[in-house]
Amino acid sequence: MSNDPTHQFLINKIVPIEIGGIDFSFTNASLFMVATVGAAAGFLYLTTSQRGLVPTRLQSVSEMSYEFIASMLREGAGNGGMKFFPMVFSLFMFILTANLLGMFPYFFTITSQIIVTFALALFVIGTVVFYGFYKHGFGFLKLFVPHGVPGVLLPLVVAIEIISFLSRPISLSVRLFANMLAGHITLKVFAGFVTSLSALGALGIGGAILPLIMTVAITGLEFLVCFLQAYVFAVLTCMYLNDAVHPGSH
Amino acid sequence: MFVTAAYAQQSTTTEGAEAHDAAAAGEVHTETGVAHEGEAGSGVFPPFDSTHFASQLLWLAITFGLFYLLMSKVIIPRIGGILETRHDRIAQDLDEASRLKGEADAAIASYEQELATAKAKGHQIADGAREAAKSKAVADRNAVEADLSKKIAAAEDRIADIKTKALADVGAIAEETAIAVVKQLIGGTVTKAEIVAAVKASGN
Repeated sequence: MSNDPTHQFLINKIVPIEIGGIDFSFTNASLFMVATVGAAAGFLYLTTSQRGLVPTRLQSVSEMSYEFIASMLREGAGNGGMKFFPMVFSLFMFILTANLLGMFPYFFTITSQIIVTFALALFVIGTVVFYGFYKHGFGFLKLFVPHGVPGVLLPLVVAIEIISFLSRPISLSVRLFANMLAGHITLKVFAGFVTSLSALGALGIGGAILPLIMTVAITGLEFLVCFLQAYVFAVLTCMYLNDAVHPGSH
Repeated sequence: MFVTAAYAQQSTTTEGAEAHDAAAAGEVHTETGVAHEGEAGSGVFPPFDSTHFASQLLWLAITFGLFYLLMSKVIIPRIGGILETRHDRIAQDLDEASRLKGEADAAIASYEQELATAKAKGHQIADGAREAAKSKAVADRNAVEADLSKKIAAAEDRIADIKTKALADVGAIAEETAIAVVKQLIGGTVTKAEIVAAVKASGN
């Protein structure tokens, strides 16, 4: 197999589709988006189909993720933000499942594609902006004017606030994308050391032990990162939604 | 599209075949991540390869949209319903439990009260029985005592009778004895009156 660490991010067409001269092919990335949706929705659907008063283990996993996101959103954006619960829950479950699916060998990691994470981040920021203006009109712009800032500093602070707001979709998407990408490349590189060193004979096999240990350790770390990045994405989404629900409250 | 046309053909081949192709192409891979994978002319880092952006966006919109719909229409109402049912059930059970506890407390209180009345009644009955037994015993004893004293009195009467009769007899015997003794001793006769006087004088 290829030893190239970026080979795993290549997109291959499975069903070529072209509409109006634009390539909309069903690719391996599309396949894993479908798989992510199937796995996440299937898990949530099947584990809760009993509607048990006393939950089974798997049902309590679904309930825990529900309550986890619900409390996160309530803390982050208050009760007014609870109308965004389906959105935050979908984002969290989608990203978490996509990250975890990517941990399987030979599986494609859709969150390692900048366009995917950027689209998700734009979805969040777009919702924030749209809801903010819809709910508060131009009062939403109070978001950029913090309380208690001296008049002299105000233009500077407002400029900083605007820049920080505009950089949000970038930081939100790049954080997830870069974490997944870097983790998978690191894994691949260390695993590549194992194979290339062990090809060098007895001494090489001995020397391959260290990268093997590293590979195992990084795999564990990556599972943590998978969860953590989904969590961070959801938490930041809650914080940004808080701005839409309560502008000027910070 | 023109860049990836070859990939469309390759996509049906296996991973191993692709790897073989790559190896055959003599690609030298580094771990810097700046690779020249696959196609000639597609030297861009795969995640930044904009040729697939449209396809990715479309399929992300389709899949995530579907996922969002599934979550908001099916999964979230369902899990929310489960949690609410459980919450309600727990609250209901707690209410039921406190109600039952109240009932149990009331039952215990009424039991205690009944027990107290029963005890009091029992005491009363026992006291009454004891009193009755005591008075009956006293009455019996009195009756027995009265009977006995009556019998004693009768016996005393009889004894007194017998005694007087015996004493009277003693007088007659003494007189006869005295007459006989006097007759024997002096051969004379003494009148009965004298004897009686003498006996009486010698005293009873």
